[in-house]
Amino acid sequence: MSVATSAPATTVTPPIRRRRLRKPGSRVGYAFILPFFAVFGAFAVYPWLDTAWISLHDTRLSTYNHSNWVGLANYTDLFTNSFFWHAFANTLTIGIIATVPQLCMALGIAHLLNYKVRGRTFFRVAMLMPYATSLAAATVIFLELFDKNLGLVNWGLHLVHLPELDWQGSKWPAQIAVSAIVTWRWTGYNALIYLAGMQAIDYSLYEAAVVDGASRWAQFRHVTLPGLRPTILFTIVVSTIGAAQLFGEPLLYHNGKADGGTQGQYQTLGLLMYQQGWVNDRLGLASATAWTMFVIIVVAVLVNVGLTRRRDRKAAAPVKVGASA
Amino acid sequence: MRKSHRSRVRAVSLLAVATASALVLAGCGGSSDNNSSAGAGTGPCGTTAKTTVTVGLFGTFGFKENGLWDAYHKRCPNITVKQDVVEQSADYWTRLKTRLASGSGLDDVQAIEVGFVADVVQNHADQFVNWNKVPKASSIKASFYPWKWQLASTTDGAKTVGLGTDTGPEAICYRSDLLKKAGLSSDPADLAKQWTTWDDFIAFGKKYEASTSKQAKSHFIDSAASVFSTAVYQGNHAYDDDSGKAAVADSDGVKTAWGFATQAAADKITAGLEQFSPNWNKAFSNGAFAALACPTWMMGYIQGQAGDAGKGKWNIAPVLPGGATNWGGSYLGVPDKAKNKAAAIALVEWLSDKDQQVTMWTSPAQGGHFPSNSDAAADPSVANAVSAYFSNAPVGKIFGGIAAKTKIPPIGLYDTQIQQALTTQLTNVETKGTSPAKAFEDALKAIKQVTG
Repeated sequence: MSVATSAPATTVTPPIRRRRLRKPGSRVGYAFILPFFAVFGAFAVYPWLDTAWISLHDTRLSTYNHSNWVGLANYTDLFTNSFFWHAFANTLTIGIIATVPQLCMALGIAHLLNYKVRGRTFFRVAMLMPYATSLAAATVIFLELFDKNLGLVNWGLHLVHLPELDWQGSKWPAQIAVSAIVTWRWTGYNALIYLAGMQAIDYSLYEAAVVDGASRWAQFRHVTLPGLRPTILFTIVVSTIGAAQLFGEPLLYHNGKADGGTQGQYQTLGLLMYQQGWVNDRLGLASATAWTMFVIIVVAVLVNVGLTRRRDRKAAAPVKVGASA
Repeated sequence: MRKSHRSRVRAVSLLAVATASALVLAGCGGSSDNNSSAGAGTGPCGTTAKTTVTVGLFGTFGFKENGLWDAYHKRCPNITVKQDVVEQSADYWTRLKTRLASGSGLDDVQAIEVGFVADVVQNHADQFVNWNKVPKASSIKASFYPWKWQLASTTDGAKTVGLGTDTGPEAICYRSDLLKKAGLSSDPADLAKQWTTWDDFIAFGKKYEASTSKQAKSHFIDSAASVFSTAVYQGNHAYDDDSGKAAVADSDGVKTAWGFATQAAADKITAGLEQFSPNWNKAFSNGAFAALACPTWMMGYIQGQAGDAGKGKWNIAPVLPGGATNWGGSYLGVPDKAKNKAAAIALVEWLSDKDQQVTMWTSPAQGGHFPSNSDAAADPSVANAVSAYFSNAPVGKIFGGIAAKTKIPPIGLYDTQIQQALTTQLTNVETKGTSPAKAFEDALKAIKQVTG
């Protein structure tokens, strides 16, 4: 009762109240966030700006203290460089091969685990196991599986009379193999996030749908998917960033060499940057790549968000009509 | 009540500020201690004070394994040696470059591999002790192979950044059991006669491949890279011109070596394995190839990979097709800013002495560290060394003979990356059917990425 009477008062005089509320706590607040921003400044902002500065110089580690100003030469070198465009295309294709099936599978698995299945906790924990596995160990196992001569995958292909593939040397098989490692590692993680999102959806919506005679598929499409939209957007954004920065899997897939295969068939942008900086000792060029990657990632995320917002707006209209009908 | 609440808030915020500033200070602080002990040396140990000398190494140098640290501690009880080892030489080199650039964190002794010694000579000579200026310089210099000394020196010879540890004179290691199985000779003296040139060597490989009794799926040699990386150093120039500037397209060594390597690939005498890859490692025990170019340190590598089961199956032919050359080897340098400079100089001088280099080669735990000290190489115990693992091959005579005849073309800053680019493309020629011309073009493109 008292809540109801006090409510109008707050809405009438919001500015005064807010000012009064802010005073005592504000400085303590800054003190609390200071450690984070100190660390953030030292390990994120400073390197970020320093990378930009280095990218305008011809810098090598051996001659680090006397590097020459070259303006935008590293960027023009990069954009006219076949290795860059090659890595860009690889990052895109591996990103698609690794991310799209991964998120679809994660959604499906989460949907299944959302039902009352026997041993549900076991499956939920098992799902997260790949994520908890060391990347290096996983890649070594995958290398054995995809071995050209003695691997299990080629053995299976042989068994069903399909041609055996060179999973390391040939372009598409190698990209699929690298994507398989990524998919294996991250599907369970994303499924758990989807599961959490699903459990936040009001159960009465499903009950209402059942009353309306909706099938399970219809429930999934019309209740689960719309309810999960923010979660899906989050996983798409995180996966896009992960795909754009893909590094460990392709590095280890060629036994720790940064060339991404003998023909660069799975060299990603992250790997190219590492090769330029630490193998070829051209830190200026590598810094230019780092900044270009940053811009690419920001653009990719904005496109994702933009697309989803537009679909949201489109989707919002018919739902309202349906609800009122 | 109200007051105490406020003071608690203030205390908490003070604590938060203190933590933050402590974090920042910790990041900016670091080494503030002066290297006061880096004065002139006293006595054979460089100092009489109790000192820990740190030694930065990569991979397996064998000093510890062969008991040299313990021996040094007995000789100089006040000195304790502490190793600081990075497994991969490339990672070690990156770390060393970072420390040289920042001028801090350097060990008292830093190992320098021959693949990056040119960079140290060209860009960091002032940051290392010049071995031409130490008191015993002339007698030390006289004891080394001249080519080994020159690689660590400026072209005018005024500055020398490191003293040699080991060298890698090359011969051919082979599996006698596999050659026998293929119905070919397995006698080292006989093979030495048949393998004097690369053409003969490749012709012999074709006989191996044509054999109907050879081990199934095996090939004569491991890789075209094995031929290439050896033959390239037999030219007057390898990857660089006389001034040490990369000049791959014009090099006679690259041209002939590329010819032999692609010929070996075309004749299908190679197993097409990438050197130092896991599959290559496995092949030492499963017999996927019968021979490979073999610097002394490869003897240790083979023993590590093939294990006890390979004992007596391997042998070494006293020959290198196309003439004597060297692959690998290292130096020890002392940074000018080393904390314990005098002690470090004394330690490196001792390690480079004849006796210690003899120990490194003759000790039972040795991994193929052939002396770079020519006095040590001439020592009877080095020359008479035989390897039980390699069918009692007279390794001392074989590698000593090759080391004495070795000549080395000029080296440059990016030899390691250039060689990697070329051998990677050779793998494409062997396994992907890439044409040698296209592969060479691709290699030059990759090299351009390094040289800028």
